[in-house]
Amino acid sequence: MDFLNGIVALANFVLIPAVAYGSQLALGALGVTLIYGILRFSNFAHGDTMAMGTMFAVLVTWGLQAMGVGLGPFPTALLAIPFGIAGAAALVLLTDKYVYSFYRAQKAKPVILVIVSMGVMFIYNGLTRIVIGPDDQRFADGERFVISAREFREITGLAEGLALRTSQVITVITAVVVVAALFWFLNKTRTGKSMRAFSDNEDLALLSGINPERVVLVTWLIVATLATVAGVLYGLDKSFKPFTYFQLLLPIFAAAIVGGLGNPLGAIAGGFVIAFSEVGITYAWKKVLTYFMPPALEPEGLVQILSTEYKFAVSFVILVIVLLFRPTGLFRGKAL
Amino acid sequence: MAEPFLIGDAMTGGYGAGPDILHGCTIAVERGEIAVIVGPNGAGKSTAMKAVFGMLDVRQGAVRLDGDDITALTPQARVQQGMGFVPQVANIFTSMTVEENLEMGAFIRTDDISDTMEQVFTLFPILREKRAQAAGELSGGQRQQVAVGRALMTQPKLLMLDEPTAGVSPIVMDELFDRIIEVARTGISILMVEQNARQALEIADKGYVLVQGRNAHTGTGKELLADPDVRRSFLGG
Repeated sequence: MDFLNGIVALANFVLIPAVAYGSQLALGALGVTLIYGILRFSNFAHGDTMAMGTMFAVLVTWGLQAMGVGLGPFPTALLAIPFGIAGAAALVLLTDKYVYSFYRAQKAKPVILVIVSMGVMFIYNGLTRIVIGPDDQRFADGERFVISAREFREITGLAEGLALRTSQVITVITAVVVVAALFWFLNKTRTGKSMRAFSDNEDLALLSGINPERVVLVTWLIVATLATVAGVLYGLDKSFKPFTYFQLLLPIFAAAIVGGLGNPLGAIAGGFVIAFSEVGITYAWKKVLTYFMPPALEPEGLVQILSTEYKFAVSFVILVIVLLFRPTGLFRGKAL
Repeated sequence: MAEPFLIGDAMTGGYGAGPDILHGCTIAVERGEIAVIVGPNGAGKSTAMKAVFGMLDVRQGAVRLDGDDITALTPQARVQQGMGFVPQVANIFTSMTVEENLEMGAFIRTDDISDTMEQVFTLFPILREKRAQAAGELSGGQRQQVAVGRALMTQPKLLMLDEPTAGVSPIVMDELFDRIIEVARTGISILMVEQNARQALEIADKGYVLVQGRNAHTGTGKELLADPDVRRSFLGG
């Protein structure tokens, strides 16, 4: 019984939240890694691209809610995602047209583009705050739980409850669908292959007649999609606050770099590595350990390695360790 | 005398705003023939080839393909005109499979490419075997075959090879030269820069010895091999 209770507590407090968070990070990191692979710079505006896309989706969600349109047990925001994507796509394409393409034409060094993307980040940052404000926004509706802790206890008779939130299930399913679609696109379609070719060897791609402007356009569209989906899922799971999205930049970059920049598979693995580390290190293990250990060895403290305020330190430390010992990441990406 | 299929006529030029590297250099290839550019290090061999392909400014002189002046065209546009180019390094997509490399080679084509791919596989049987393997995992000689195969996928009328045998073993080199002769027999003109001057001139219909960006000696491969001057200066006696 203790053993089962321990497993359930572990799943409830660590595994399920980490899987959901990992999926969100993976989607974010995929966007970062695609930009790095194809446009060849680290896009610091990615967190705020997520915020902008999510903001569009939140505004449309509110509109739909006001009109009484809903999805029953599912959050209305799912209906708003396409609008959010359209908004984010328009935003990044305009940014590319008026900002990045200028530097591309000059063949600017990646470090210059990084600084440019920081400027873009601040602009997006301000735009989001002007339109929707700096505060926390809730836009989730529908059924909150697939199964709540109390229901779980009643059904199983265990002392520990297992809560499974709708947003967590939707996050994981959506992430799987989006990632599968992305990999199918990159590996099976002509355009997707031309993107990989461009990322692999730009000069040879040009010699082969691949149109760089088209590759860049498609990349931005995919990035806008990934960013919006990741942002909306994160917002449904937690809440939408512009500053939090800006802060997500660190774990997302850590995920992309841990996995190997430019490598989509690595971005996904990196997302989960970061998510599990962050949740695992900031979780107070006392409860779970109590179930698994003999009473005599019961820990006295909380067995929490770092308090949750320091969760960003986890991404940072992992980042440093990876850069020191395996600079190309777990999946042989490009070195920074 | 009729004009050759491709001619870089009295080309003078250099990279960007830099000094001239080529000085009135002329390179020509006849249809279905092999022309080889040889010469000492820094003679401008690769530069001459890049000039023909439009990768640097030709300030004087002209490049003509099949009688048309293509001097102003970009390299990409020249690919559309039927020129294929195999760079010396970074000439394959290492992270992509052999088959995907060939597909990307044919990117500009909108028709069915399976016949051309079949021809490439017939020419380089090892590639058929390794078609699903990442090109970056192949040996040096196999990579060069992928590189040549990729360039052949556009069905070029002229294939340009920049030191195709650099860094491969002598046995592989002989094999590559055999394949290149086979390609030429199908009617594709070949323009090639080579370090291994002797072997290259042996298979060449036409040879160009460049020295400091100028034509030093020109002749058939056999003539150049027999020329005492060329032998003494470039072929080691």
